[in-house]
Amino acid sequence: MNAHAPIPALDPGCAVDIRQERGQRAVFCGLTGIVWLHRKIQDAFFLVVGSRTCAHLIQSAAGVMIFAEPRFATAIIDERDLAGLADMNEELDRVTRRLIERRPDIRLLFLVGSCPSEVIKLDLSRAAQRLSQSFHPDVRVLSYSGSGIETTFTQGEDACLAALVPEMPREATDAAASLLVVGALADVVEDQFSRLFAELGIETVRFLPARRAGDMPAVGPNTRILLAQPFLADTARALEARGATRLPAPFPLGAEGTTAWLKAAADAFGIAPDHFDAVTAPGRARASRALDPYRAMLRDKRVFFFPDSQLEIPLARFLSREMGAALIEVGTPYLHRGHLAPELALLPPGTQVVEGQSLDAQMDRARAARPDLTVCGLGLANPFEAEGLATKWSIELLFTPIQGYDQAGDLAELFARPLNRRTRLEV
Amino acid sequence: MQLTLWTYEGPPHIGAMRIATAMRGLHYVLHAPQGDTYADLLFTMIERRDTRPPVTYTTFQARDLGSDTAEIFKTAVADAYERFRPQAMIVGASCTAELIQDDPGGLAKALALPIPVIPLELPAYQKKENWGASETFYRLVRALAGSTAEVTPREGRRPLCNILGPTALGFRHRDDLVEIEKLLAALGIDVNVIAPSGASPADLGRLGAADFNVVLYPEVARAAAQHLLKTFGQPMVETVPIGVQATIRFVEEVAKLAGVDPAPVLAGAPSRLPWYSRSVDSTYLTGKRVFIFGDATHALAAARVAATELGFKVVGLGTYTREFAREVRAEAALHGIEATITDDYLDVEAAIQGCQAELVLGTQMERHIAKRLGIPCAVISSPIHVQDFPARHSPQMGFEGANVLFDTWVHPLMMGLEEHLLGMFREDVEFHDGVAPSHLGGGERAPQPEPIRIEPTPVAETPSTPAFVWDPSAEKELKKIPFFVRGKARANTERFARERNLAVVTVETLYDAKSHFGR
Repeated sequence: MNAHAPIPALDPGCAVDIRQERGQRAVFCGLTGIVWLHRKIQDAFFLVVGSRTCAHLIQSAAGVMIFAEPRFATAIIDERDLAGLADMNEELDRVTRRLIERRPDIRLLFLVGSCPSEVIKLDLSRAAQRLSQSFHPDVRVLSYSGSGIETTFTQGEDACLAALVPEMPREATDAAASLLVVGALADVVEDQFSRLFAELGIETVRFLPARRAGDMPAVGPNTRILLAQPFLADTARALEARGATRLPAPFPLGAEGTTAWLKAAADAFGIAPDHFDAVTAPGRARASRALDPYRAMLRDKRVFFFPDSQLEIPLARFLSREMGAALIEVGTPYLHRGHLAPELALLPPGTQVVEGQSLDAQMDRARAARPDLTVCGLGLANPFEAEGLATKWSIELLFTPIQGYDQAGDLAELFARPLNRRTRLEV
Repeated sequence: MQLTLWTYEGPPHIGAMRIATAMRGLHYVLHAPQGDTYADLLFTMIERRDTRPPVTYTTFQARDLGSDTAEIFKTAVADAYERFRPQAMIVGASCTAELIQDDPGGLAKALALPIPVIPLELPAYQKKENWGASETFYRLVRALAGSTAEVTPREGRRPLCNILGPTALGFRHRDDLVEIEKLLAALGIDVNVIAPSGASPADLGRLGAADFNVVLYPEVARAAAQHLLKTFGQPMVETVPIGVQATIRFVEEVAKLAGVDPAPVLAGAPSRLPWYSRSVDSTYLTGKRVFIFGDATHALAAARVAATELGFKVVGLGTYTREFAREVRAEAALHGIEATITDDYLDVEAAIQGCQAELVLGTQMERHIAKRLGIPCAVISSPIHVQDFPARHSPQMGFEGANVLFDTWVHPLMMGLEEHLLGMFREDVEFHDGVAPSHLGGGERAPQPEPIRIEPTPVAETPSTPAFVWDPSAEKELKKIPFFVRGKARANTERFARERNLAVVTVETLYDAKSHFGR
């Protein structure tokens, strides 16, 4: 599948130490992706088919915002449903109909699978087809799984985008080469990248997901895809299956990452190096200026990453190479060696990368190492703070614009902030 | 299958976690898929606890389903025991683990740990959070309290009681407890055990030594208290001391059981609520239409306080706690209304729309509804979010609790002068219908001008209502009525017109209806 994009061989001299670990995992399930995806695709609605636990998860995560019209809900399976499958499909149709009646503005409905619906093997893809037909042409119904048994946190976005791929229009076979940027980005970041690609002279640039259900970009054999996020394994595979070619690149975090990421596109589109340097120079200069004040704060700081979103490796690369931080351990819930190869090549030799998790053992390692900064989830952050360890809660990295030149300073600030705060507080 | 925009309660294993996290020296091993550890955040973030909850999850994944999930569970139990060395353990399954039927109780028993291991049967597709908490606490008390008690004779010592009910993640449990301990101390009563909050399994073994039990939150502790009544003959006080009158009743009942004199505690003016409520500034609160929803304990208490201590008119009352539906129905009947007993958010939304409330007292979920309808709202019950675990002392119970209630409930309302001037001058650029009360920042109201139109889920009681033609001048006149009573005025006028078969509503009809119905 990856024939167009050979995986760069790792330089044996700078290989990182990759280890796998199994045990208790303190991570979110893929349903959590709904919390940001429902804001990105403005006329989409996410209906989780699951248990009260699933409903409780989403409202605990998002319910602090007061919604006049929430764009997500749960169809809670009850005892009667567990009695027989046929009955359950009728129930799902009834629930969906009630929802669509209440919210006629919905154009795209995602049926989102959960652990219970996966374990009892409720066929949501067939339900989605059936409902799509019955609501045609007003509402398109798709399905994907955000269950904890199959997906970890950001993999929910991967599953969602992969479900969108078959919906994307076919690009004409004789179309000029186009660039597709994949991964939900903050609107401001998306706009910045659009301008940069335009200045570089890449004419057709599209983004997946689009902001509206009806505007999903076209894809075809002349599409070059640039992943903006490291957790899009299935989406990339689905796009490649439709003929698109993935451009291997590090991820656009920090000045270096952004330059290499843009460069991958520029090279693929035959942009002259002089022109590339001229276009990116102002951005690089601004990023460097923005990073300067934080370098002093982060230099030689020892950082420990707990697994959470798969952003850990690019973030560790940024912190070590651009900010001078030292890496104790870089945990990641899942490591796609192909997509991450350009990133792994940039990590300092011998960096300890741990795929998977055994929570108590990992906490023991962190306590023993006494990192200057621990990047971890919210279930661990306050307990670690109480033990005297400075923490950076990792989920924020998904909810903040961090990609590109003009966010490089903001990204560094996210890591510097907890350290800064500790020096300020006198209580 | 139930369409759920928001759920009022979590699954029952969250209730079990609330008990385990409230206690010390107890560990919970939960058979659950990867991702269910989100529940840790409820405690570390929403309640801001500084330690991880004492919960070990098996966090199985899809690839584990092919192999031996039972083995994973057994390993988790053994490891948790080795690492945490608890005095006792509870074991159970979450909703997904319930489907794969690994029997946590039997598996844990097979390990023969040298501590009590209490299996929990929490049917996740049938029961919910509060039931889970109640059941867990009951099972713990049953397993650990024993059946004989060493009670020292009453002569020559102060009365002794247990306080039952406060948990982790409870709405103001922390501060309620402070108030109740203060009251008991003032009455000269000693506290034997507070549970589950702060209690260890060993403490539960001492429950029998008390003379009686104070049940603060019946949803959580009634079942356990009934067990203690049966086993040790300990009577219980179940009056929930929320509001001035309820607190007085509570003090009297406790004093009677303890054989002490309540008069010194009740003397003077122990709460400011009665004076604040009688002061003329509060006159404009009279007859404000209020909708109340929450768990049964808080909804019942709020209804009484609203009606008899603040002078509101209760136009809607309901609960998601089905176990206490009878009590709530009886209370609703006293206000001449029908109770809304439901755990369906959309039903609550329809009920609020239907009763033209001017104030909603509810949960975090009612805040969503109130935002949509542009109605002021205050939170009186779980489910709640981080802002309702405040740093400051803010009980609901006792005399100080009543002070807190007064401030909290009146705050979202427009203040008297502003309300008057709004009724007189309608074209002011800064103070007009479209903005929230000025002390709340004066931002734009939710764009929902007429809260009365019920479109989405038609309520059964409006059979084939003919579409009314409002004369344009009448429509204009209606706009002159302040927004918070406009919905009611429209409903009354239409009802008046319907009863008289009037085809067109005119200005005259509007005022005829007004004189007919009063306000």
